[in-house]
Amino acid sequence: MAMSGVLRPGHMQLKVLDLEESIDFYTNVVGLIQTGREGDRAYFKAWDERDHHSLVLRGAGEAGMDFFGFKVTDDATLAKLEADLNAYGVTTERIPAGDLLETGERVRFEIASGHQIELYSQKTAVGTPMGDTNPPPWCAAAEQGIAPIRMDHALLYGPDIEKVQALFVDVLGFYLVEHILLEDGETDLAIWLSCSTKAHDIAFVRNEEPGKLHHTAFLLESWEKVLRAADLMSMNQVSIDMGPTRHGVTRGTTIYAFDNSGNRFETFCGGYATYPDIPPITWTWDEVGPAVFYHDRQLNPAFLDVYT
Amino acid sequence: MTAYTVTVAPEGRTFRCPDTKSILVGIEHNGGADAVQVGCRSGGCGVCRVEVLEGTYTAKRMSKAFCTDDDVAHGILLSCRAYPTSDLVVRPCPKPRDH
Repeated sequence: MAMSGVLRPGHMQLKVLDLEESIDFYTNVVGLIQTGREGDRAYFKAWDERDHHSLVLRGAGEAGMDFFGFKVTDDATLAKLEADLNAYGVTTERIPAGDLLETGERVRFEIASGHQIELYSQKTAVGTPMGDTNPPPWCAAAEQGIAPIRMDHALLYGPDIEKVQALFVDVLGFYLVEHILLEDGETDLAIWLSCSTKAHDIAFVRNEEPGKLHHTAFLLESWEKVLRAADLMSMNQVSIDMGPTRHGVTRGTTIYAFDNSGNRFETFCGGYATYPDIPPITWTWDEVGPAVFYHDRQLNPAFLDVYT
Repeated sequence: MTAYTVTVAPEGRTFRCPDTKSILVGIEHNGGADAVQVGCRSGGCGVCRVEVLEGTYTAKRMSKAFCTDDDVAHGILLSCRAYPTSDLVVRPCPKPRDH
């Protein structure tokens, strides 16, 4: 199998101010499908995702990220990566199967940026509304709300991102796709890392305060659907941060907006396909504007100052 | 819809804000995006925190990481989650980030 090890982002658990209001937001505005509910948590998947959930909301009275999880190939891979992490000096914790609905054991660890990251190998494949045999290309849920096809990646804010990069590359098998340099020409402001052929599966921006979330990204299929998402945001009085526009980094088209708890989310489209042998793309500090927002060519103050 | 005058201290710039919009969005829609820092507009990021010096308002749920119940009781709140019910005087009151 050409692709093994860490496969893809599998779940994000977000803290929300009011769980019931957030269930309504993610169902009717974002257009995800609710697949479960237990206690103070609600579970969602996108219409084209097979596994039970990719987004978990936890009613917490504040915003932010609890943890971000990656699915790995199988149980043996999970055990190997756990051992590799321990050998690298990373303390890991096994979260029991069933702690997240329809999910097997998870290996959780804290990275240098202060974020809780998880690996897991088992999650019930509940399938899509189209099924796996002679499926139609889409379904009714594909037109309800913004209706992304999957949870795609996350951008996290925290310190020591060079240590984060080393861990993801040396232990978890990711590779650097793009980076933005600070004025010294050596230190990274931001890094984009992939475990697949996607232009990024996770990204980090250097930030003094640890453990912060910049955004969770949801994938759309076309620029036209990004514009449709912007229409839906205005129809529903959603707070838009930036866009619709294009990123220089990844070339993806985008809107940054905030959910009803202030967690930024992205409706993202495109981004090129890449491979581990392709040299990373470098952006210099004086071109950070177009790197992040290619048309405005400048950072808005919220890009660096507003996170949860 | 009723509109009220919101004054941002100490500069004293004033904005006519409808009771249908949060104080922050009311100020922002009237050209005051530089008078109060604009963040998520949804009660989570904390950058639009203000102290209400005069006037009344209704407040929706906001992040306890930035406004404790005690803060709210003393008129310190996120301006994106408060709606004016009278003329108001507010003063930006950002909470220092934890480092």
